[in-house]
Amino acid sequence: MREVAIIGIGMIRFGELWEKSLRDMCVEASLNCFKDAGTDRVDSITVGCMSSGLFTGQEHLSSLVPDYLGKINTPASRVESACASGGLAVRTAFLEVASGISDYALAVGVEKMTDVSVNEATYALATASDRDYEAFHGITFPGLYAMLAKAHMDRYGTTREQLAEVAVKNHANGVLNPYAQFPFPVTRETVMNSTMIADPLRLLDCSPITDGAAAVLLTTETEAKRLKKNPVVGITGIGMGTDTIALSQRKDILRLDAIDHAVRRALKMAGKKIGDIDFAEVHDCFTIAEILVVETMGIVDQGKGGPATIDGLTALTGKFPVNPSGGLKAKGHPVGASGVAQICEAVEQLRGNAGKRQIDNARSGITQNMGGSGGSCVCHVLEVK
Amino acid sequence: MVGIIGYGTQIPRFRIKVEEIAKVWGADPVALKRGLNLNEKSVPAPDEDCATLAVNAARDAVKRAGINPAEIGAVYVGSESHPYAVKPTGTIVSEALGACPFVHTADLEFACKAGTEGMFIALQLVKAGAVKYALAVGADTSQGAPGDALEYSASAGAAAFVMGADNLVAELVDTHAYMTDTPDFWRREHAHYPEHGGRFTGEPAYKKHITGAVNAILDKTGLKPSDFNYMIFHQPNGKFPVQVAKKMGFTEPQYRYGLLTPTLGNTYSGSSPMGLAATLDEAGPDELILLVSYGSGAGSDAFVFKTTERLPEIRDLAPKVKKQLDTNKTYLEYGAYAKFRRKILKPE
Amino acid sequence: MNVPKHWRESPQRYRMEAGKCRKCERIFFPGRLVCPECGHTGFDMVKLSGKGKLHTFTVIRTAPSGFTDFAPYAVGIVELDEGIRILGQITDCDPDSLQTGDRLTSKFRRMNDEGKTGMIMYSYKFVPDNGI
Repeated sequence: MREVAIIGIGMIRFGELWEKSLRDMCVEASLNCFKDAGTDRVDSITVGCMSSGLFTGQEHLSSLVPDYLGKINTPASRVESACASGGLAVRTAFLEVASGISDYALAVGVEKMTDVSVNEATYALATASDRDYEAFHGITFPGLYAMLAKAHMDRYGTTREQLAEVAVKNHANGVLNPYAQFPFPVTRETVMNSTMIADPLRLLDCSPITDGAAAVLLTTETEAKRLKKNPVVGITGIGMGTDTIALSQRKDILRLDAIDHAVRRALKMAGKKIGDIDFAEVHDCFTIAEILVVETMGIVDQGKGGPATIDGLTALTGKFPVNPSGGLKAKGHPVGASGVAQICEAVEQLRGNAGKRQIDNARSGITQNMGGSGGSCVCHVLEVK
Repeated sequence: MVGIIGYGTQIPRFRIKVEEIAKVWGADPVALKRGLNLNEKSVPAPDEDCATLAVNAARDAVKRAGINPAEIGAVYVGSESHPYAVKPTGTIVSEALGACPFVHTADLEFACKAGTEGMFIALQLVKAGAVKYALAVGADTSQGAPGDALEYSASAGAAAFVMGADNLVAELVDTHAYMTDTPDFWRREHAHYPEHGGRFTGEPAYKKHITGAVNAILDKTGLKPSDFNYMIFHQPNGKFPVQVAKKMGFTEPQYRYGLLTPTLGNTYSGSSPMGLAATLDEAGPDELILLVSYGSGAGSDAFVFKTTERLPEIRDLAPKVKKQLDTNKTYLEYGAYAKFRRKILKPE
Repeated sequence: MNVPKHWRESPQRYRMEAGKCRKCERIFFPGRLVCPECGHTGFDMVKLSGKGKLHTFTVIRTAPSGFTDFAPYAVGIVELDEGIRILGQITDCDPDSLQTGDRLTSKFRRMNDEGKTGMIMYSYKFVPDNGI
């Protein structure tokens, strides 16, 4: 297996992009990525997208994206793992390069979510749950995570303030990110007084509905060094885990086994422990999600995610910064793009290019991107080589 | 010997008071309450309809009967508010009970009499030996037009009866019908609300048919009003059944358990069957019950039942009517009621 | 038009039929073809009691398409007396007075429909187990 490096990253600013279509966004992010890489050589394309069919009526992205990117005749595939589709696209591109099938593999994550109404978007997102035994009953994603929040509060005494602090922290980071959809600060009070969506989660506990795309170009470490990329950022660990699609079927709903497996596999491959890592980009689709994830990843003990957030452990200047980009919460969550955007942020940090949100001496980072209520999870460990 | 072997009911939890409706239409609630002997009515939740009420009532009936639902050979649901104009409610009820596939079904409609017509058919099928058990349900989520007199009474509920030949809780003594073509109330195809003949619904319709059916069954059985421990007449309001009962020589103790309209409203196909269920909840063994339905159009079915020793043994296996009627009530304001009943609709 | 899809699920939605592994005796709802615990592929049909207690829940205030007329409504994970958990709506209650641990029982209710002229979907929902 060949060592894999990231030689290009490309983002577009996330938001309600009324004037941009799904294809426009994919192409813009990819062109930004080529510019960053200094090459547009592509041997294969992997598109991560959750539900272009329900959101825009367009499937067959494995033709659409190479076509509009001017890369007709390039092998392409579209991968889907709900909100982890972006992470899965990077994983697939990694395998293309590592296996020797492609020397240059492009991973593009995309979601165009604002062509439908909020209710229709909520419906489309709910298809990532068990359609016949969860979504059929009128549960939504905020609803599934709200049940997790309620269970976490009941078991560990997690408070409303602690949940709100996740949003406060991530918005503070988002202010420093030029690609963020919501680059404004929020206070705990604002979060706790925002509109109730699914008790106990309020509007500002939820990541937004977002249009966006992100792209990364992977090649071998040898090739990256030949191109004199400085520093060379490598993907040294990949991990994926899966769990029951329905939350109710898990023996303990607060145990997110898919995340546990994905993190452990990625760290093992990189030969690292979580304590060796400098920062994490995690899937904070809801405030409670970040608390659950930092606990499952072992950044804090079970049940301690809330207090640790209040104590500033995961803040930009804390001992273990989490979501320096602002996370899904402030940066926005175009579902299929989020996993790729996490990689873009990790690369910016490891290159030392993250500007005001730069973490000092960042040498290694981990990304965690999950689908549904934790039915699938993809992790990557990135290091400066 | 054939008769009832199990019964069950379902009443929605929502209610609206006469005052709340009267307030909207500028009517006098005191006069209405006195004139109709009616205080409030049940309102179906947005997730209830004739089929759900029928299934939940039928499940309790099967529970009380203690039978294997797969042995039910016929299912009849009587209603004027079947959720589909074409596609039976009976298939939904049969499937939910686990009675499929060896089961006869067809939906019945005869205004407020469809429930007892189903009971008649079910009893006769068992008597003929055509089926081992037969289920009859009267269920409605009936609607009165906004501001119409019927809006104060049209309510929702279901009563279900499993008929059999063994382990009876109430033996069928006899039945008699009284039916003519009398157009006192109707709803045309595609019309949302029914229309009615106003005062024409009284003398030539309700009163004539109830009286006719009672006289016919008294003649046939040789019984007289005082022979009955209990009696139930169809209850479009709280006034008609009491007027006719008194005129025919029945007294308050005979109808005290079965008269539900003052706090339930008129559950149409479920009305007199619900009164029968409430009476079975209280009656002792070896007591005689007279049940007379009325359906506009118009007709009445009269039944004489005699309770058995088994009745007190099974009635606590499912909730009683009084408990469903008097507990866990939630009162609605007219706005919420209008939304629940789809009297106001969001644009498509 | 999702008629076949909904019709196919009616044993589960109308009668709460579950699968019980013949080898390890664990119950799964909905039924499965392979036991995730022991790998066995033989199952018996069992009907769930529909009775249990509320494990966790939420109140949906922003509802998806098809449910907006019902909001706010409660959805919870219910731990049935058989020892398995299932997700369902909790109806006939004041959503704000629900508590974890509340005893619930199932009822047959309307879920939604495919528009004014389309198919009506029915299913189990849970209600507080207050004896009615």
